Amino acid sequence: MKRIIIDGKQIELENKTTVFEAAKQNGVYIPSLCYYSQLAPHGACRLCIAEIDGMKGFPTTCTTYVEDGMVVRTNTGLLQNLRCQIFELILSQHNKSCTTCAKNLRCELQTIAAYLGVERLTLPFIEKDILVYNDEPFFNRDYNLCILCGRCVRVCNEIRKNNAVDFAFRGIKTIPCTSFSKKLENSNCEFCGACVDICPTGAILEKDFRQSLNPDKVVTTICPYCGVGCSIKLEIKNEKIVRIAPDIDGPANKGQLCVKGRFGIKEFVHHKDRITSPLARQPDGSFKEISWEEALSVIAEKFAKYQGDEIAVISSAKCTNEDDYIIQKFARTVLKTNNIDHCARLCHAPSVAGLAQTLGSGAMTNSISEIADAKTILSIGSNSTATHPVIGLKIKKAVAHGAKLIVINPKKIELCRFAYLSLHHKPGTDVALLNGIAKVIVDENLQDEKFIRERCENYDEYITHLSNISLEDVEKITGVGKELIIKTSRIYATQKPATILYGMGITQHTHGTDNVFVISNLALLTGNIGKPSTGLNPLRGQNNVQGACDMGCLPGVYPGYQKIDDASVREKFEKFYQTNLNPKPGLTLTEMFKEAYVRKVKAMYIVGANPILSAPCLKHSECSLTELEFLVVQDMFLTETAKLAAFVLPSCSFAEKDGTYTNTERRVQLVNKAIKPLGESRSDWLIVCELAKEILKIRRHLSLQKEENPTVSPFYKEGIEGGFDFQNPSGIMDEIAKLTPIYGGISYKRLSEKTLKWPCPDENHPGTDILHREKFTRGKGLFMKVSYKPSTELPDDDYPLILTTERLLYHYHTGSFTRKVDGINKISPEEHLEINPSDAEKLGLSDGDFVKVVSRRGEIRVKLQVSENVLPGVVSMSFHFAESPTNALMNHAVLDPVSKMPELKVCPVALRRTNN
Amino acid sequence: MPVKTCLVCQGTGCVSAGAGQIHAAIREEITRLDLGENVYVKRTGCHGFCQQGPLVVIEPEGIFYTRVKVADVTDIAQSFLPQGQLVERLFYRAPDSGKPISHHQDIAFYSKQQRTVLKNCGYIDPEEINDYIVVGGYDALRKVLLEMSSEQVISEVKRSGLRGLGGAGFPTGQKWEACRKASLEFREQRTGDREKTHLSSLISHLSPLTSDLSPLTSHLSTFVICNADEGDPGAFQDRSVLEGDPHSVLEGLIIAGYAVGAKQGYIYVRAEYPLAVKRLQIAISQAREKGFLGKNILGKNFDFDIEIFQGAGAFVCGEETALIMSIEGKRGMPKFRPPYPAESGLWGKPTLLNNVKTFANIRWLINRGADWFASRGTEKSKGTAIFSLTGKIANCGLIEVPMGITLREIIFVLGGGIPDGKTFKAVQTGGPSGGCLPSSLLDTPIDFDSLTAAGSMMGSGGMVVLDEDTCMVDMARYFLDFTQKESCGKCVPCRTGTKQMLGILEKITGGLAESNDLIKLQELAEMIQKTALCGLGKTATNPVLTTIKYFYDEYESHIKNKKCPAGVCKALITYEILSDKCNGCHLCFKSCPSEAIKGEPKKAHSIIYEKCIKCGICFTLCKFAAVEISHPDGHCDKFRGSQKLR
Repeated sequence: MKRIIIDGKQIELENKTTVFEAAKQNGVYIPSLCYYSQLAPHGACRLCIAEIDGMKGFPTTCTTYVEDGMVVRTNTGLLQNLRCQIFELILSQHNKSCTTCAKNLRCELQTIAAYLGVERLTLPFIEKDILVYNDEPFFNRDYNLCILCGRCVRVCNEIRKNNAVDFAFRGIKTIPCTSFSKKLENSNCEFCGACVDICPTGAILEKDFRQSLNPDKVVTTICPYCGVGCSIKLEIKNEKIVRIAPDIDGPANKGQLCVKGRFGIKEFVHHKDRITSPLARQPDGSFKEISWEEALSVIAEKFAKYQGDEIAVISSAKCTNEDDYIIQKFARTVLKTNNIDHCARLCHAPSVAGLAQTLGSGAMTNSISEIADAKTILSIGSNSTATHPVIGLKIKKAVAHGAKLIVINPKKIELCRFAYLSLHHKPGTDVALLNGIAKVIVDENLQDEKFIRERCENYDEYITHLSNISLEDVEKITGVGKELIIKTSRIYATQKPATILYGMGITQHTHGTDNVFVISNLALLTGNIGKPSTGLNPLRGQNNVQGACDMGCLPGVYPGYQKIDDASVREKFEKFYQTNLNPKPGLTLTEMFKEAYVRKVKAMYIVGANPILSAPCLKHSECSLTELEFLVVQDMFLTETAKLAAFVLPSCSFAEKDGTYTNTERRVQLVNKAIKPLGESRSDWLIVCELAKEILKIRRHLSLQKEENPTVSPFYKEGIEGGFDFQNPSGIMDEIAKLTPIYGGISYKRLSEKTLKWPCPDENHPGTDILHREKFTRGKGLFMKVSYKPSTELPDDDYPLILTTERLLYHYHTGSFTRKVDGINKISPEEHLEINPSDAEKLGLSDGDFVKVVSRRGEIRVKLQVSENVLPGVVSMSFHFAESPTNALMNHAVLDPVSKMPELKVCPVALRRTNN
Repeated sequence: MPVKTCLVCQGTGCVSAGAGQIHAAIREEITRLDLGENVYVKRTGCHGFCQQGPLVVIEPEGIFYTRVKVADVTDIAQSFLPQGQLVERLFYRAPDSGKPISHHQDIAFYSKQQRTVLKNCGYIDPEEINDYIVVGGYDALRKVLLEMSSEQVISEVKRSGLRGLGGAGFPTGQKWEACRKASLEFREQRTGDREKTHLSSLISHLSPLTSDLSPLTSHLSTFVICNADEGDPGAFQDRSVLEGDPHSVLEGLIIAGYAVGAKQGYIYVRAEYPLAVKRLQIAISQAREKGFLGKNILGKNFDFDIEIFQGAGAFVCGEETALIMSIEGKRGMPKFRPPYPAESGLWGKPTLLNNVKTFANIRWLINRGADWFASRGTEKSKGTAIFSLTGKIANCGLIEVPMGITLREIIFVLGGGIPDGKTFKAVQTGGPSGGCLPSSLLDTPIDFDSLTAAGSMMGSGGMVVLDEDTCMVDMARYFLDFTQKESCGKCVPCRTGTKQMLGILEKITGGLAESNDLIKLQELAEMIQKTALCGLGKTATNPVLTTIKYFYDEYESHIKNKKCPAGVCKALITYEILSDKCNGCHLCFKSCPSEAIKGEPKKAHSIIYEKCIKCGICFTLCKFAAVEISHPDGHCDKFRGSQKLR
């Protein structure tokens, strides 16, 4: 406890803090321009000077730490005089064009001028005459307005660790600058916009800042891109999003965003291609706008014809929990099918299945914020800086604090720059590599015996299994040197707490579940689970993929992973839903396409998904969908999939609806409606409810007709239109809470105060940061014996290269959102196939050449990028670009036996030169 | 015949004047004369009297040859023959009498010095470690490692009263003590962490790769850095020590490492000092070979190594926190203190940072004892001070004098006074941020506190003597121009404040200022002094504040009368050709860059004022004193023109 006196005010402090912060927390204003709460003290603007008894001169309060008994004066005449002079110096270099400056009334200089009561300026103006950078994407930089507080440089270096800008030149000529004054596109800049948010003047400003002056309202909601769940503030003017700012209190992001969340939202929300009324396909293939009544009644009539397993529903990880809940309820109670799945099938289904088997729960075991405190971070098959940029920041922060980062990835990704060790293995050899690591741990006796004895099972068989593995074989299979494997094992096993982060590199294999098992083994072996900053952390891709799984948009489980083949569970749901439920587990997404192809599935309802681009083998998916008798797609845009539908229903964007998203760390957060739905578009839950009621009406009619006939299916016995009578999403959440133990204590009332992480079984439960603390969800942690199996297809003479896939920072999924953003298209306009220089040379290809990439299933045309980042024998592409649909090449035929995941990371291909 | 040593100076000054060839030529000549048995020709570091170089000294007599050229080598070599004569034309001549002085011990420039740090400079071969060992080199290290504990070393340094010779004069022992304390605390904390992670128990049974387990820099928990970033124009004492006696610096660094518990030392030296870098590299590798650096030094359980870090020439990197940033690979920008580097320096670890001369003093105070060290100098400033004596002074060069000597003694005895019969005006000490002291303060004793009290500072040890031909306003402008350009740009007062001050000074020297400007200038200067972040900014205004204090009339004259009393400020003077003195030699006509002189050969010339750019070439070139400086209004004070010496 420290007691200090600031301006006569007694203040008591617990923690080590600066005088400036102590004053701020206690309502004493001290002017400052370079201070920023999240950045290290800088001491450049010199405005926060004070007189402190016993200290020489005029120390800056932002750099002086509180000591017991300090007596501080912050506003004496002398101080104010000095401040006025310093401030005048600042203004003497700042172009005073306030009235035409877009930052007018938001500029921090104005606040300080008012505080100091500056009246007259006596110093001559020193013209800087620096070129204004106004031809870069998203924001302009006019350093004539820069006051060199250094916030942009510091946020870029300290928090973002991009080091895109630093100070250049000396003396009066000092400015923030990219290296060699290159344009931002050619620098390390990732356009996260952190510098824009932090600049106190108009020196760094969004291009269209002028439109966003004086917004009508600011709505806090959740970013619709990745699974991090960043809290954002939408600034609304005239029912339009004019600016997006990060929420400094956002629990997952603490004021940070990435380029997609910061600059990639408003353009797609207000894009001209948004569908604003229901569309019906005409015989000539064109679409005609129709009314909701017409659309719903026709669709309901059609859907009412299909029974149980003839129909399949694909829901979306982009929808809110409430949407997804309603969709699965619709599928199960109205369509009487468990054929409900969503895109998690193509991302983390192996995690859900695998971890459920070994631990009992398939979600991230720990929280995002804990990453920063880990001593070791093992990042496997996850390009976090591109796919989860804000999690990437946490990793960088941990490294800065001395953590050892081990990156295991076939590609040399950006994180390798921060890594203590980088292991580049051949795609698809994860099981061999991770078994090798486990073997070293056991051989060197680095395992946590106590933890294993008390909390795990099947250990002895596992050890026996490991003893058959030889490191020489592992080296041969993976291409990773023995030494590296040994080093990795030792660090992971001894430098605790150690956390594992993984992504699609692990799961998108036909042996994805096996991969998850071996990772799980590692954590159990070393006791790195159930404690802070440890754990097994699958980084979920979509904003609400965790929620969509939680809500039971999976063929085998009801909401909250309650198994449908468990009779007591089914009974509970039947009782609540007041209807009979289909006891047969449904088809997975990949199986739905197979079944559609053979016409066993006849109708499909696809909500917010674009499987044509995201599912493997485009040709197959397309054929399957055209084989359907009836297809309804519900989406914001006329996607490649929607173009094949008989009816397209316009759903609205995240900005137009209320609801909740569950982020990758199981955190349930409120999504708040910021603008009215565009045109006739509606929230997904509302559309589905209407449709459900419509179908039930028809069914009731039918059942009345058939009442005399006792042979009719018992499914039709009950009318449950009331089950879809929701006034708002809050009511839906209440129903979820009633049926789903892990969501049991979650309600909008609680969420509006504080976000909650499931499991949260009752109203008084604070939520759960760390899973498996005392015991595993399934009881004991289960060791799995897993042997390395080569990928289904291996390179041969005809298809000599392995194609693997990745994600780019600037794009998202199939590009339906990001491809609509001008600035992003400028930075990353097209697909590239990355190839190792040695392979390029062998094939006589050079950077910028166009090639045909041919697999056993198709071919696409793409531009070549020669890069050391891929290993010899491997080529790499993203799947964001419809023009070069990478998944057209992928194998749909073979699936992971447990999770039904196809092989999306290893695909043998051949390259042929083509014309530019 | 007794053996003699012929010392050929190989300091930067002498080398650039051809000392390399002279050394080779003397060797050759000695061999040719078959004197190799009797004469040992040796390269040495800087003697300090660079103005007189290249220097050749014959020991043991101490015969001192100045301005030696290759052509003189034969005569010098001949002098070693039994019948040989000394080469009188190469003797130093006293500035006042012109009398030749043959032995250096008779030259006031040397005889009044008290050379300690510079003792070996000019006498030992800096590229030969044995030369250093012969004169007692590494004895101090031996003593420290074999007989003293770290605490004893620190207490000896504390007792000696040695203060940091980089300029600020912080008590060295105190700094070492703080650093050792922080270092111990840091290690304790680290050990604590390690136990928590059960790491120590694991280390024992792991194979050779185990080192990877320990955090990257765990064996480097403390650093010592030698600050050799000598950026002040005109100062070269650090360079001279590094070039002349590099091992003395290494020895000091190693002892410091032992005292504070560091295993890694850095020498931050500017890349502009290639010779110093080269000699340091040689010295470090020789010290490694001899076992003074590396593992288990002198068989003791003490490891230490030194790495050279070359700076890129930013003045501000002489500031300790900026220097640390620079070693970390960041832009050299000062950080606020506290925390001081002794607690949190390089990579956030405890770091001891001292100047070259401070480290070079360590061996002396260890060898001879703290009491001996403390017996010299003044009460609060012990030992010696080294100055680079430059400017309008007869003997330019490097001097090491006891603390407490007066400015007068330095300038008029060692320095030999002001040349050309001019009068002394001021002396500027401590580099570009030092103050200008007038003749009334000539009896100020030189030590850290007296200089600070007078408004100047010890600083880097530059000492620029100014004579009557110097305009003090212009001089303040000049130094401020330097400091504002070298500001790192971080804090507002230094970055913009000095620029605004420069603007006012330019207005004054341009004859455009009003009396308000002077008030504003002073206000700004005081504000910057109070609020700037680092030493550079805080002291940058010293030249302005002291000249306002001691030469107020010159400012007034510029502002009120629009006159530059010294005739320096171009805007306030004109050049005039006196028709009675001009004989029409046409030299100025031919040399004028702006064709501003008209006139036919053999007839008196005149200046076309509209074209004249006041470059002063005509004034400098005129052999007949026919060009005069005057005020635009025609009134001619007693100016330089009338006093110009032939």
